[in-house]
Amino acid sequence: MTAPLLSVSNLAVSIRGDEGTASILDRVDLVIPKGRIVGVVGESGCGKSTLIKAILGVLPLRSRIDRGEIVFEGRDLAHLDPAILAREVRGSAIGFIPQDPFLALNPVFRVGAQMLETMRWHAPPHWKGQHRQRLVKLLGAVQVPDPEGALERYPHEFSGGQRQRLLIAAALSCQPRLLIADEPTTALDVTTQQQVLKLLRDLVAELDLSMLFVTHDFGVVAQLCDEVSVIYAGQTVEAAPTRGLIDGAAHPYARMLLACHPDRATDLGGIPGSVPSAFAPPPGCRFHPRCPLAITDCAATRPALEAQSTGHTVACPRYALPLPEAAA
Amino acid sequence: MKLIVIKFLRDTPAVLGLAIVLFGLFVAVFADQLAPHPDAAFSSNLLLRFKPPSAEHWFGTDNLGRDIFSRVILGTRSAFIIAITVVGSAMLIGVPLGLLAGHLGGWRTETIMRVTDIVLAVPQLILALALAQLMKPGLMTAMVALSLTYWPFFTRTVYAETRRLKSSLFVEALQGVGASTTRILFLHVLPNAASPIIVRATIGMGFTILTAAVLGFLGVGATPPDPDWGLAIAESRKFLPETWWFATFPGLAILIAVLGFNLLGDGLRDLVDPRLRRSR
Amino acid sequence: MLRFLIRRLLLVIPSLIGLMVLTFVLVRVVPADPAATLAGENSTRQQIEEIRAKYGFDRPLYEQFAIYVGQVLSGDLGNSAFSNRPVAGDVLRTLPATIELVFIALLIATLIGIPLGTLAAVRHNGLLDHVVRVTTVGGLAVASFWFAIMLQLLFSMELEWLPLRGRIGVNVGAPPTVTGFFLVDSLLAGNWTQFTSSLRHIAMPAITLAIPALATIARFARAGVLDTLQRDFVQYETAIGYPRHRIIWVYVLRNSVIAAVTQVGLLFGALISSAVAVEAIFDWPGLGSYAVQAILSSDYKAVLAVTLVVGVIYAVVNIVVDLVHGLLDPRVAEQL
Repeated sequence: MTAPLLSVSNLAVSIRGDEGTASILDRVDLVIPKGRIVGVVGESGCGKSTLIKAILGVLPLRSRIDRGEIVFEGRDLAHLDPAILAREVRGSAIGFIPQDPFLALNPVFRVGAQMLETMRWHAPPHWKGQHRQRLVKLLGAVQVPDPEGALERYPHEFSGGQRQRLLIAAALSCQPRLLIADEPTTALDVTTQQQVLKLLRDLVAELDLSMLFVTHDFGVVAQLCDEVSVIYAGQTVEAAPTRGLIDGAAHPYARMLLACHPDRATDLGGIPGSVPSAFAPPPGCRFHPRCPLAITDCAATRPALEAQSTGHTVACPRYALPLPEAAA
Repeated sequence: MKLIVIKFLRDTPAVLGLAIVLFGLFVAVFADQLAPHPDAAFSSNLLLRFKPPSAEHWFGTDNLGRDIFSRVILGTRSAFIIAITVVGSAMLIGVPLGLLAGHLGGWRTETIMRVTDIVLAVPQLILALALAQLMKPGLMTAMVALSLTYWPFFTRTVYAETRRLKSSLFVEALQGVGASTTRILFLHVLPNAASPIIVRATIGMGFTILTAAVLGFLGVGATPPDPDWGLAIAESRKFLPETWWFATFPGLAILIAVLGFNLLGDGLRDLVDPRLRRSR
Repeated sequence: MLRFLIRRLLLVIPSLIGLMVLTFVLVRVVPADPAATLAGENSTRQQIEEIRAKYGFDRPLYEQFAIYVGQVLSGDLGNSAFSNRPVAGDVLRTLPATIELVFIALLIATLIGIPLGTLAAVRHNGLLDHVVRVTTVGGLAVASFWFAIMLQLLFSMELEWLPLRGRIGVNVGAPPTVTGFFLVDSLLAGNWTQFTSSLRHIAMPAITLAIPALATIARFARAGVLDTLQRDFVQYETAIGYPRHRIIWVYVLRNSVIAAVTQVGLLFGALISSAVAVEAIFDWPGLGSYAVQAILSSDYKAVLAVTLVVGVIYAVVNIVVDLVHGLLDPRVAEQL
């Protein structure tokens, strides 16, 4: 079995704020095998964005990686010199697709200039002199109309969907091995969303890439991802191939989350309780205050991810138990 | 209210500004008692001409043998009187105009704002100079000229605030209940616009002291033997470089006074407009 | 862009008309006897009557205004009571000196102010940031004329590095007039001595004038950069691999300087005001000196002409600033 492209183990990240220290990530484990699309699902505030920032090395100023490793192509990014991260990883080996196409692009520069800037610093040396041509071809591949003209226009001249395509092209411009997408379809309407998802699927297959796709929407995961990992309050609670998770989720949180999905929910009730504040996280398993299966032990020890079946891991010793009627 | 005071006290430069302004006010009020040689405003003692700073005369003496330290202190009172008068008058003209412009709408607003723009179209000093030309040169003239060139700043500020408040619910409610325009404007809108007005007034004080000093320097403001700071610097020019103290100290006084008002004004502005606070 | 320019020019016409109304009011309406004021202090009864007829003070107000506008547009700004020469000529003669001075001052202020403000913002709350904040507030509190004198004390009288006054060395002589700007003309004439002399003479006045401008520009640049650094695209650009120095000095800068640039228009007007005192101190033969001399000799026509000219320059500068604003921020160009 070949080594995974990216392997995050036991990652913990905290941020120092005015009100104290917030423990955003407590134990995150994630594996992205080569050539696969891995989804990371969680509600708002669960730390998905922080996970991405930790991998890319763009955590905000007062934050720290407390624990853990982020091994990418054999190197631990968590302990890598920031200069090397900037030069050799961001933009070149790892491409990034941001969440909000309306805010990501710099409004006072032409789109072409912005995309060429990445290529200027990260494109392979033998591409010298070809940047523009390659970019035009790439824009064609992401279905941006009139690629040559598009390069000369400003961001505000494009629609949301078009901008998202531009951002996808930008992420691919230097032939990365891993694509990280931060909920890139959230800000778009449903039809556009579908188009962009299809585009991503095709591109990943065609270019033989790996992708880390962060989202809060299980529906998107079902369409796009090969494998999926569920995060709650900064802890990974379950990881499995997509079909395996959706059909047979094990962790109580994952089960309840799936049950709430509009396609499945029979009533409007969500999961009782609310996501804990990162400044005062519950000890042990962070879901235990809201978990119908919780016992006293759950508050004492942080459960480890254990294999339930092949490729399917759960961080809950009581996963086999059925949920009480009301919550199922 | 207490929260605001606490927040203000945490802003060191602003507190420094307040301290300077209060100190200046104190000096201005008690000038006669504080000046070691209170007759320095008018007397002359040729034997004491051009003495360098010493224990007897902290800032030295000027070309007529007057104690510069005393003159600087007396000049503080002069500066404060000018600043308060000018800014006060400018407010009396500008604020009501701004209220009316914001509230009335139509050609009346257009006219007021056009006039405001025109007055602002010429840099203040030049306009003040042109105005000062028309009247007999002197301190009164300078103050009138400065007031007449500063009121637009108040009008603009108040106009923006009134417009903003006009579309707010409580004004509509008041109108619905039948309150008269004057009542609405002065009793309700004005208090809400008070904060930007105070900020503008504070900065205006500093600006006025500076501009009045320039006018004094150019000879169209204070006249001898007033202990005006700008005038003192003008008088000192002929006697440089040997009598460096003559020019230096009044200038430092201007610097500190204006600095105080500017720091205070900045601090007040940060309190008033949370948007701007972020950039501190 | 052309449409934008035309629209902007059209907007300025009412302002210019307003300006003429203002000066007209100052000349004709305010003084008790405008004719006497215009004629000057020592004029005879007959001279006053001549002026009254010439300017039509006996005619209705709107006719007087029409005459006035006609005069201004044809370049007739009256004759100086002091020199008896046309004021317009005096103004044209002295204007380039002031423009050159203000321009160099703004150049200094911008070239130092923007990087300074940017660095202070990037190292927010660091030592440089605090120093910059304090000195910029101080810079706005300093009286230009006093600072000028202090500079003279130090650099001319004490150290004798720089000349005390004037625009060029008396023994050197002015370069032949092409633009009226000594720095340019001396280079065009290929005369190095004239160039260095001009440079040495403009140093202190320009620095004095630059101080408040520098302070303002640095403050706005700092605030602008601090604001911009919070925006999403900065994080995006970091994530996709732009080097930090490119992000700050190219991509953040252009977004931030917009606020500072729009200040330049206001600054120009403020600098021309300050130039009045500074020119007086350095004997700089510009519009400011002319204005001071006119004031001191109660040369009424001259003072008003200066007011009008300054107002026009101010309007022109504001148009240019708007244009630059449109160039820097394409969204603005579409709106206007």
